[in-house]
Amino acid sequence: MIANYGYKDGSGEFFISIDTAKCAQCEAKPCVEACPEKILVIFTDDYDDEVIGVKEEHRKKIKYSCGPCKPITEKRNLSCQKACPSGAIVHSW
Amino acid sequence: MITAGVDAGNKFTKVVIIRDGEVISRDQLPSGFDRRQSAFKAFKRALSTAGLNEDDVQKVMATGAGRSEVDFAGGTVTEVGAAARGSIHVIPESRTVIDVGAEEGRALKMDETGKVLNFTISDKCAAGAGSFIEMMSQALEITPEEMGSLSLQAVQTVPMNAQCAVFAESEVISLIHSRVPKADIARSVFNAMAGRISSLVRRVGLNKELAMIGGMAKNPGFVRELEKDLDTKIFLTENPDFVSALGAALIAAEKIS
Ligand code: SF4
Ligand code: SF4
Repeated sequence: MIANYGYKDGSGEFFISIDTAKCAQCEAKPCVEACPEKILVIFTDDYDDEVIGVKEEHRKKIKYSCGPCKPITEKRNLSCQKACPSGAIVHSW
Repeated sequence: MITAGVDAGNKFTKVVIIRDGEVISRDQLPSGFDRRQSAFKAFKRALSTAGLNEDDVQKVMATGAGRSEVDFAGGTVTEVGAAARGSIHVIPESRTVIDVGAEEGRALKMDETGKVLNFTISDKCAAGAGSFIEMMSQALEITPEEMGSLSLQAVQTVPMNAQCAVFAESEVISLIHSRVPKADIARSVFNAMAGRISSLVRRVGLNKELAMIGGMAKNPGFVRELEKDLDTKIFLTENPDFVSALGAALIAAEKIS
C-alpha cells in the first residue's frame, strides 16, 4: 500500500509517500530512529502488518517539520531516505 | 451473526448494525464534546430500533477520528480501511473512493476485495471539507442543501481562491456585494472545493470506477463540479455518510468468522 501523508497549499504540494508493503518486510525499521525530528512512527495497520507512518501532529505542517533536513542553500540530507534499505520513502518536494 | 460499526467523526457519530451482511439499523448523533457518550447513545438508539440488546451484538468495531474514545468497541480500524470495506460492499464496481465529510477529505484506491492500495489523507485546510460549505452557505444566507440545488441553475463559474477557507469567505462576500447571483456563487464555491478534492484523487490515481461517500456525496452541486473537474461519472449510494460505519461493521463480522 502507498500511504500519502501531507497536504497541498498555496506554496506547493508537500507529501511523504510510504510504500508500506516494503515496511512490513523490514524488521529493523531504521528510518524511525534516523529521523532527527521524530516524525515517523511504527504502528500495526488494518491488515495486521507492522508499518511506519507520519505522526498525526506532523501531517499538516510537514513542510516545516522536515525543514531542518531540507535547507534551501545546501545539499539535501534526508536521513529517513538514507536509512531506508529499500527506497520506501518518497518526498514530493 | 450481528455486528456493529461506529464511525466517531469530528462532527457526527454514525452507527450501523448488520445481521449477516445486511443493515438492520442505523443512527447518528452530533459527536459533541464527549465523543464516547455520543457514540454510546447512538449505539443504544440503533439497538432499540432493531429491537436488540447489547448482548445480541457479537462485535463492535470503531473507526473515525475519535475511534480510540469508543471504549465499548472490541477493536478499531482506520478511516481509510473502513471507507474501502464499506464502499466495495455498497458499490462493488468502485476502485477509487472519495470520502468527504465535515472536517476532512480523503481519497483511496483499492482492489476488488476492498483492500487499500494507495491513500491520501489529511488535507490541510477546511476548504476541502463539508464545514467549508456550511460556512459559505451561511454567508449566502441559505442552507447547504439549498446551495446544492441552487448551484445547478448557475450560468457561470467565477474563479475563486480555495487554498484557504478564510480568503474564500471574503471572496464570497465581495461577490455578494458585486451582485453576482447566488446560484453562480454557489457553483463557484463547489468548483473551488472540487479542485482541492480532485488533487487528492489524482495523487492516488484516477480510474473510471470512481465512487464518492461521506456527507458531501449528498450534495448534487458539489458532485457535479467534481465530475466536471475529473471528467468522469461518479458512482453514488444511498446513505453515503454511513458507509464507513458499515465498513467497520463488516470488518467486525470478518474478525469473528
Ligand atoms: S526503513 Fe524503509 S522499509 Fe524500513 S520501515 Fe523505514 S521506510 Fe519502511
Ligand atoms: S526529511 Fe528529515 S525530518 Fe523529514 S521525515 Fe525525513 S529524516 Fe525526518
